[in-house]
Amino acid sequence: MTSSQDPELLRRLLRAKDRMDAASHEEWPVDRLARVSHVSEAHFARSFRDAFGVPPHRYLLTRRIERAKALLRETELSITDIAFQTGWKSLGTFGRTFRDVTGESPGDLRAREQAARHQPEPVPACILSAAHRPNLTSAVSEKRRQEAGDINDAAEKKEVP
Amino acid sequence: MSQGVGVVGLYVRDQDEALQFYVEKLGFRVHTDAKNGDYRWLTVQHPDQPSFQLGLFTPGPPILDAATAQTLRESVAKGAMPPLVLVVDDCRAAYERMRTRGVEFTQEPIDRYGSVDAGFRDPSGNGWKMIQARKAS
Repeated sequence: MTSSQDPELLRRLLRAKDRMDAASHEEWPVDRLARVSHVSEAHFARSFRDAFGVPPHRYLLTRRIERAKALLRETELSITDIAFQTGWKSLGTFGRTFRDVTGESPGDLRAREQAARHQPEPVPACILSAAHRPNLTSAVSEKRRQEAGDINDAAEKKEVP
Repeated sequence: MSQGVGVVGLYVRDQDEALQFYVEKLGFRVHTDAKNGDYRWLTVQHPDQPSFQLGLFTPGPPILDAATAQTLRESVAKGAMPPLVLVVDDCRAAYERMRTRGVEFTQEPIDRYGSVDAGFRDPSGNGWKMIQARKAS
């Protein structure tokens, strides 16, 4: 149960979230985020999670995946370029995390999106992109464990049209 | 036009601060600023849009109980309120002008298939997209 938080603090935490949104490819260690929000490092991660429901680094991860998905969809950049442009230091980590979060590899997503290419929707692109943000309610490692358990049933069924 | 949406309200943390922001930094005009006891009905207007008023309201009594008001103040500060869109002719020029005036931008102007958009927040945390539409060819 999250108790109520000081709106003044929340506004400053929002600033840290905005900064990650604006530059998700950059490194965002806790001390940098804490400085943006004018709170102590010790206080930051807990306050952020209470406010936004996910720890700051998991939030950053969702933003990087969101951006990578957009680049896969909308550009011809190579997957390696996309991995580095969205802030990953290794192609392997990118591919693994991407698959863990979205359920498919970057290459598969690109192929599927490009096959189903359609007219731009009448929703502002910036808002549309946020709407497609992955909903990462658990840690990636946890998600990986869960899926290892039920990979043969639920996860597979969803793919059937 | 005699029918349509006349007022849409935002929740803000402080009406004086919001008034100053929307008038001095965004160039809106005050339409109505009326006090009735503790309640203040405050609306502003875009200079090009006389049929529409943007209300700047604080959540609180007598309309809302203290707990509900607190929840809303938190939601606004977390940027959890619905998206707002400001339509402009020249997004980059507006961005430069507003940034000079101290508007907190969350996103620099980006080109998307011929339209240009930027993002900013009001002091309370309400998030705006500022969009320059694609030129009709």
